[in-house]
Amino acid sequence: MLGSVLLLLLVLVAGSYFFGRKRAVASVSGRQQELHSRPNYHGAYVAAWVGIPALLLVLMWLLLQGAVIDKLLLWSLPLGTTDGLNAGQVSLILSEIKSVAAGNVFSEPSLVVQEAAERYHAWQIIARWAMAAVALSIAILGLFFASRRISPEFRARHGAEHILSGLMIACSLIAILTTLGIVLSLLVEALRFFDRIPALEFFFGLNWEPQIPIREGQVTGGGAFGAIPVFVGTLLIAMIAMAVATPIGLYSAIYLTEYANPKVRAVIKPVLELLAGIPTVVYGFFAVLTVAPAMREFGEMVGVPIAPNSALAAGGVMGIMIIPFISSLSDDAIAAVPRAMRDGSYAMGATKGETITKVLLPAALPGIMGGVLLAVSRAIGETMIVVMAAGIIASLTLNPLEPVTTVTVQIVTLLIGDTEFDNPKTLAAFALGLVLFLVTLGLNIFALHIVRKYREQYE
Amino acid sequence: MEAKVEERPAIRVEAPAVPQKKEGALPVEQHELKMKASDVNLWYGEKQALFDVNLEMFGQSVTALIGPSGCGKSTFLRCLDRMNDVIDGCRVEGDIRLDGQDIYAPRVDPVQLRARVGMVFQKPNPFPKSIFENVAYGPRIHGLCKTKADYTEIVEKSLTRAGLWEEVKDRLDESGTGLSGGQQQRLCIARAISVNPEVLLMDEPCSALDPIATAKIETLMDELKQNLCIVIVTHSMQQAARVSQRTAFFHLGKLVEVDETSKIFTNPTDQRTQDYVTGRFG
Amino acid sequence: MSDAQVIGAEATDDWGSDQARRRVRRRYAADRRLQAYGIIAISLAVGLLGVLVTSLVSTGYPAFIQTKVDLPIYIDPAKVDPQDPRSGKYRALVREAVDKAVPGIPDDQKRSIGKILSSDASYIVRDYVVDHPDVIGKTITLPIAVSDPYDQLYKGVIPKEVDALNWTQVAWFDRLENRGLVVEHDGRKSLKLDVYVNPEIVEAGPPPSGDFAVLAQSSLKAYLPRIIDTSLVEMLAADAPEAIGDRIAADPGIIGKTVQIYFPLSPHYVTLANGETPKILNSRFSEDQLEAFDLLDEKGLVRTPFNWELFFNADSRFPERAGLAGAITGSFYALLVCFLLSFPIGIAAAVYLEEFAPKNRFTDLIEVNINNLAAVPSVVFGLLGLAVFLGFFGLPRSAPLVGGMVLSLMTLPTIIITTRAALKAVPPSIREAALGVGASKHQVMMHHVLPLALPGILTGTIIGMAQALGETAPLLLIGMNAFIPSVENMGILEPATALPTQIFSWADSPERGFVSRTSAAILVLLGFLVIMNIIAITLRQMFQRKW
Repeated sequence: MLGSVLLLLLVLVAGSYFFGRKRAVASVSGRQQELHSRPNYHGAYVAAWVGIPALLLVLMWLLLQGAVIDKLLLWSLPLGTTDGLNAGQVSLILSEIKSVAAGNVFSEPSLVVQEAAERYHAWQIIARWAMAAVALSIAILGLFFASRRISPEFRARHGAEHILSGLMIACSLIAILTTLGIVLSLLVEALRFFDRIPALEFFFGLNWEPQIPIREGQVTGGGAFGAIPVFVGTLLIAMIAMAVATPIGLYSAIYLTEYANPKVRAVIKPVLELLAGIPTVVYGFFAVLTVAPAMREFGEMVGVPIAPNSALAAGGVMGIMIIPFISSLSDDAIAAVPRAMRDGSYAMGATKGETITKVLLPAALPGIMGGVLLAVSRAIGETMIVVMAAGIIASLTLNPLEPVTTVTVQIVTLLIGDTEFDNPKTLAAFALGLVLFLVTLGLNIFALHIVRKYREQYE
Repeated sequence: MEAKVEERPAIRVEAPAVPQKKEGALPVEQHELKMKASDVNLWYGEKQALFDVNLEMFGQSVTALIGPSGCGKSTFLRCLDRMNDVIDGCRVEGDIRLDGQDIYAPRVDPVQLRARVGMVFQKPNPFPKSIFENVAYGPRIHGLCKTKADYTEIVEKSLTRAGLWEEVKDRLDESGTGLSGGQQQRLCIARAISVNPEVLLMDEPCSALDPIATAKIETLMDELKQNLCIVIVTHSMQQAARVSQRTAFFHLGKLVEVDETSKIFTNPTDQRTQDYVTGRFG
Repeated sequence: MSDAQVIGAEATDDWGSDQARRRVRRRYAADRRLQAYGIIAISLAVGLLGVLVTSLVSTGYPAFIQTKVDLPIYIDPAKVDPQDPRSGKYRALVREAVDKAVPGIPDDQKRSIGKILSSDASYIVRDYVVDHPDVIGKTITLPIAVSDPYDQLYKGVIPKEVDALNWTQVAWFDRLENRGLVVEHDGRKSLKLDVYVNPEIVEAGPPPSGDFAVLAQSSLKAYLPRIIDTSLVEMLAADAPEAIGDRIAADPGIIGKTVQIYFPLSPHYVTLANGETPKILNSRFSEDQLEAFDLLDEKGLVRTPFNWELFFNADSRFPERAGLAGAITGSFYALLVCFLLSFPIGIAAAVYLEEFAPKNRFTDLIEVNINNLAAVPSVVFGLLGLAVFLGFFGLPRSAPLVGGMVLSLMTLPTIIITTRAALKAVPPSIREAALGVGASKHQVMMHHVLPLALPGILTGTIIGMAQALGETAPLLLIGMNAFIPSVENMGILEPATALPTQIFSWADSPERGFVSRTSAAILVLLGFLVIMNIIAITLRQMFQRKW
């Protein structure tokens, strides 16, 4: 149904393009020089007015149809059907109605449900035809309106170009829309979470056990939501990752910019970039397959017990992934120090090593710091490596040999499986997501600020 | 170009005036021979840039290298402290001696050489550190000082010798890049002399500065030359005439003529020198 | 002003002194150290990459072949109705075929033998007969996949026998051996231990009674104070404690005294004492199964052809039957949606920002937004998809459409940034020339700049797509890791899975077969990424212009 509507619209659009063109040419009886704009702009103008409003309507209709029909369905149920039910149970009823309407009947549905299913089915058909009708009428209206404006003096090219500019502006706004969407959705759900769980407990509590029901009045999983162990775990793993990545990345960058000959640099630099291109799920599997067992065996050999999902394994592999962030940005920062600095240092009789450590690195420090901060932000936001290699149980410890859990792991584990939108478990994930978003945003802005503020102005 | 000589404005018809020699001063040739270049040839890859350069540079004096752009004077200057080693593909042949010792001998360490032969660049390049740290850099890396007091003393003496002490003594902790152009260049000079070099090479040190700053630096050169052999590359013949005792004229990678400054500018031997100093080209 | 006296002048005047030379040597040593650190760092990074690739390849390559048995099966028309071949009794057919192939099995073992073949065997036969109904009544030979343990065995991934004792147990035994406590007594390898015959635990009788086992244990424990009890028990033979009883019976006077008693060792430790490694059968196999399997192998019925099922089968509970078809299809749909959304929107936005937008605070805001979005963690995009696309708009969960929409939001910043760079690279002279002939800004853009920037734009898009292919977290959050056992009903709005999420699911499964298949799936994913990047780089090389 949807397909045929879209196809019809497409045909209309194409048709109106040619129609507009012909009318334009006809309006000057074939003498095209007298037209202000070339005929294809007239055609494009008409086609745009036919296609764009109709398409927008279809889009909006499709997106909102579900929510609207749901509301109508609920409203149409006999009074009292939904009294005393929480949101989870209401949505359960709705899904039952919908599956019955689709023909999947599992057990004997109640009369209420059956009638509602029939209504739902009917409404869906009505909605589809209504959408088609409205879309087509808007398209035809557009055709009517636009083709009336065709005349020799009509500035069709400007019209078409304005429409194009409008489209481009709309596309640019999508970036803002996305950010807004992220912030709003996170905020709304997080606020709903803080309605149930006091913010103080969340930010300062030491007990994170969201799966265990310990609160009265909770039907499904409530529990302790003190997020400190989760935050500490995130920081621990991030720090381990930085401890691995920073020396390797920095020394590699120093060698590649100052010591390596151009051929070596041309080969090694892309290889380091490769590390950034490997999907993180691959790193996660590598951690589980090779790194964690190797660490455990090593621990057995020296008599130190290392958990299979220790922070060390997860953090170490994450560090490998982060190496290119540090090496690439440090490379750029060091290479950007002007030759005059190096010449000045060599002329003083400094060795290459002294020039690097005493002149170049201090000069490149803002850029390197920016790179480090961005890497930290990446480490904090990383998901798959820790989901596969780190632990799920939150424990408050700074020991890298023990399992810890991170914010991203919790977000994923809380949301995998059935999600009911009123469950504090689900909402907790959004609260964590909000914290994550704000922290990484802050780090990125701070990194940018540092680079800008302390970068020496070399004219 | 020849046809146009009469139409030239009357600014550069005569050679620049040379200040009078001080009474009783020794002729420069009788000062100690500090550096001597013999048959120096230099290649950048396949392209030869210096052809059989022979030059003597004497202590307690200023030797100026002049010539049109691209004639190799800066390249030659950089040979004197082996700064060309830093450039890939640069090959030097010939003999350059400091106090009679070949500086390109295999056993010679360029790191130590550059402490004896300092360099100041065309564009002032202070490090992005404090003024104090800029001047203390040389003594620090060469391990010349043991205590903080030693450093302070060297810094003060170097800045004083460079004529900058009074202006910056209250703000030694501020960044060196925050000074004016002329001050930055004097800072670089202070940095260069902080390790007490015997030779100071200056590559067009005033070309990025205004006339007042230039004058200050020229006065400085006059004072510094009492203890140093200074070799300066300059594209300004007036400057060469003002500050140097001996002048060498380079052209297309060859050393055309070298002599007392007054003679170069009043009565040069070679026609090319004559043409250059009278402004016919360059 | 002519102050030549500088502190440390003695040092500076004497550059050739020993002290000076030593200083310089130290400085050069520091320089060399720095260089060495750099080389070590690079070697570490490259080495770790190598380890990663090696472990993936070494665990993954067995998954590209599959052990199969060429089983002759008689399609009994009594069991399969030609009108409705789908509901035939295929399990019985397979059982009969196995009986014929491995004759002489006692009835109680038949079920176990059947487990050599994949549990899907009957479905394999069924699908073949449904596609070729003319074979009903004939005997055909079908390659049937073997079950996972035998697949791994045949490929040499898991061994037939494993060590019976772990290395801690061996280590404890070695200690006893080193103290000379392992001797031969009465023809059996035994431990010679000092036993305090505790009168509180044993009685003389006759007959001697008491808890001999406890006494034996505690005596042994005295020699190995840090050992855990379970390791102790296995060391002695089952009848070892009786040695105490025998000794008491022979000489009741030993009660209350400490005597030497010989305790025979259990079989594994006897092997150990003889200098060999004790082994037991891998618990995944049984003796009769192995015999039957070897028989099939001798008959030449066991082969290892290339595992096409890896690419053409959908997911399955059984690793030997699991394939990537569903995942590849899902990823394809999702990437298609992602491309169709982010390519036009991204280019339009980039063109606007680069060519048309006035330099005011609003456009600055947009640019800041784009740069920030590029650095937002992927999991947050998943949350957005969950809350807005699934929650608010009510789109179907786990559908490639939603996955594609989330991926397009993540790819948008990349495309915008690379497109802007490509547009910037077109020299202004082209624009000026076009404007000079009277073209409007739009025409300059569409007719001149965009075509010239197209290679750069395409390169950036392909790279963005490659990044999107590898994204896992957001797809997990919108549920796009459904279990898809058949490719038939897949569509843009139907539940689906994707390549990276499939890898994630398989990585969770404990069967050995899934381990190698996960590595193989990763290699397939990396293969796609490599191809896409090569295309992007080749494009860039081909259309590189030097302005």
